[in-house]
Amino acid sequence: MIEVNGSPSDVPAGATVAELLATLDVPDGARGIAVAVDAEVVPRAEWPGFALADGARVEILTAVQGG
Amino acid sequence: MTRPATDPLQIGDRVYRSRLLLGTGGFARHQTLADAIHASGTELVTVALRRIDAAARGSLIDVLREAGVELLPNTAGCFTARDAVLTAQLAREAFATDLVKLEVIGDERTLLPDAPELLLAAEQLVADGFTVLPYTTDDPVLARRLEDVGCAAVMPLGSPIGSGMGIRNPYNLSLIVERAGVPVVLDAGVGTASDAALAMELGCDAVLCASAISRAVDPVAMAAAIRAGVEGGRLARGAGRIPRRLHAEASTPDAGLPSFATP
Repeated sequence: MIEVNGSPSDVPAGATVAELLATLDVPDGARGIAVAVDAEVVPRAEWPGFALADGARVEILTAVQGG
Repeated sequence: MTRPATDPLQIGDRVYRSRLLLGTGGFARHQTLADAIHASGTELVTVALRRIDAAARGSLIDVLREAGVELLPNTAGCFTARDAVLTAQLAREAFATDLVKLEVIGDERTLLPDAPELLLAAEQLVADGFTVLPYTTDDPVLARRLEDVGCAAVMPLGSPIGSGMGIRNPYNLSLIVERAGVPVVLDAGVGTASDAALAMELGCDAVLCASAISRAVDPVAMAAAIRAGVEGGRLARGAGRIPRRLHAEASTPDAGLPSFATP
């Protein structure tokens, strides 16, 4: 099971970050998005090749008003 | 002769004509934010990072890009150096900028900075190539330590975030300004235009303002007012104010004073 933004995801283990983003309607090459897996930054260039292991905790973040 | 109010502000290798930084938090609508950006004349605005929300309408990034402003990502909500460093790294990835408004909060109620964690995070982010603008207390020693570890500016508070209490300790702010070798940006506490003017009169290089504008009854008018406050305060600082005196000093000469004594 993969956890996405604090909730269980239907995306199976082994899927890539890019595949996960596609299921969330985040367009390929979307700006203003950042991804962390298990509290480590996954750079944009690694999204297509970064496979998510079972139990991975993914945070997908975007810009909001603040500060 | 250069007019001090139009001197550019330099932070790291960046140069800005405006000395007002705008926080985007608290605006009820994107259109109001866009109008306030225009009225404020700002070139640098803060953004935060939060979990993506499929239900969110409209893209903040598109609004800010349309407005032509540069982004200053913050680390709001972080209570440890570790979380703040990770958040800054994610912001760099999301927004393709090395700028970060570093916030490491130590207390929920006052949102005051946690000094040891702030200094630790600043040191790590500078080493990682960031241009670090730390939100700090008005402690002159901490401000100097932040500068010493390589921060590109220091951003002391006037009073707690969103409090609108103005500058509670102008003396400390003056001590920070006197010693600083990097720009001093008053961050937090501004309630209205006179607070921003006072910050500039005390020698701050810029003012960062969010709630005072975004939560004003008329945010766009307040953006214009605080812009004028910043510009007026900057001009006044350069002009050199008269010293305060206990007693009056006549501005009209006594020489040539007529006598109306009756014979």
